[in-house]
Amino acid sequence: MTCLGRRALLAGIALAPPALAQGESRVVVVGGGFGGATCARALKRAGLAVTLVESEATYAACPLSNAVIAGTRPWERQLFSHEALEREGIHLIRHAATGVDATARRVVLGDGTRLPYDRLVLSPGIELRFDALPGYDEAAAEIMPHAWKAGPQTGLLRRQLEAMEDGGTVVMTVPANPYRCPPGPYERASLIAHYLKTHKRRSKLLVLDAKDSFSKQRLFQSAWAELYPGLLEHVPLSGGGRVVAVDAAARSVSTEFGDHAGAVVNVIPPQRAGRIAREAGAADRSGWCPVDPVTFESALVPGLHVIGDAAIAGAMPKSAFSAAAQARVCAAAVTSLLQDRAPAMPKLINTCYSLVAPDYGISVAGVYRPADGVLAEVEGAGGTSPLDAPPAFRALEAGYAEDWFGTATAEAFG
Amino acid sequence: MPIRNTVATLLAVALGAAGEGPPGAASCTGCHGNARAGMAIPPIRGMPAEAIGASMRAFRTGERPATVMDRIAKGFTEEETQAIASWFAPR
Repeated sequence: MTCLGRRALLAGIALAPPALAQGESRVVVVGGGFGGATCARALKRAGLAVTLVESEATYAACPLSNAVIAGTRPWERQLFSHEALEREGIHLIRHAATGVDATARRVVLGDGTRLPYDRLVLSPGIELRFDALPGYDEAAAEIMPHAWKAGPQTGLLRRQLEAMEDGGTVVMTVPANPYRCPPGPYERASLIAHYLKTHKRRSKLLVLDAKDSFSKQRLFQSAWAELYPGLLEHVPLSGGGRVVAVDAAARSVSTEFGDHAGAVVNVIPPQRAGRIAREAGAADRSGWCPVDPVTFESALVPGLHVIGDAAIAGAMPKSAFSAAAQARVCAAAVTSLLQDRAPAMPKLINTCYSLVAPDYGISVAGVYRPADGVLAEVEGAGGTSPLDAPPAFRALEAGYAEDWFGTATAEAFG
Repeated sequence: MPIRNTVATLLAVALGAAGEGPPGAASCTGCHGNARAGMAIPPIRGMPAEAIGASMRAFRTGERPATVMDRIAKGFTEEETQAIASWFAPR
């Protein structure tokens, strides 16, 4: 071995999978979405033994699913498997994680198996709150779909829109912050309005909002005035837009000022961190998970990290882009911690596209760094697309939205 | 054994530099992934460091028109940009 030259040594380093001192370390990732899948692959690249716990065989992506609802995108393009991750040597367990014993460092699975870990990453996404809006429970969601987790609900809302007679009113309700994908409800309103404009010209869309201000607001409102005048009506909080109860049997929702019935009613209910994060004790009273902005380690449960929509990530919005960016930073931090090295100070980006029409895209971007214990925006950077951009600019951004989706899903799922 | 230690050390150094790169680099591949047919966003892995640095500088000053990269480039210093560029160039 002593005759091994430096060049050969370096070549060996470049070629060999870097399984070394931390080869014995066990990292478990729970959740196979944009956050979890991206994190599992990054941990594997770093040479760690990675187990991914995900009960669903097929992952249905939320980004661009509003276009499926509007009928401009095939559902199949939202579906991804974890087969590439398995081929890369990630141990995939198709069970639900039902609990975490943080003291013994074990993840408890639905079949009773206790899975040991040295570091645990939870990327569970959101849970819809069926206890927050009177009248809105899981049974009501079969009549007035939320479609806020991509899946059967997406198809249900699509079919209801298709079946609706021309002249019918569509009602959408939007919750207060925080929730998954801040501009998502407004993209959905835009694309439903596009569908009505092109297929059901006598129909109207009423958007009842629990907020007065929202993401990309001036861009959305300017586009609505231009593209959907008289078709899309947005009622903000100060206009009486906050929905306080729903009646599924009557397909109607109530604000403090009156009732609104719709031929199709899309209720986006309040949300909280995915169940496993709360079972693990990682969520605070808000229902979301406070984390360290450098490592994404839980502020409440040592040895456990939370990324993506479930985490309280300061100024970073709950988006798939954020989840993937956090996933890579978290993977690097977990790798450092397992090697007893100090985690590097990260910097993160979010870029988030919305479609106002199929060829009309707008974006918001931000750059973030840890400051005073939270992820804060880097001043002077970020912001939204310009208000006065020409159609070619909007078309470019619509194309970039599609490009981003292709890249984000390729990076996460192979 | 000394060689083995050296190997371990070198590997650790290589890994330390590896991980997910210098601050900010982990986010770039959110959009700039591997090349695919019909994709307008250029891949960043393997792009010459000088090209990445020059683009980011021109985006930052507004010299090069952009949809979103002007807004992102302003969040990074020249030093941070150089580190990111050097990281992606050989990958």
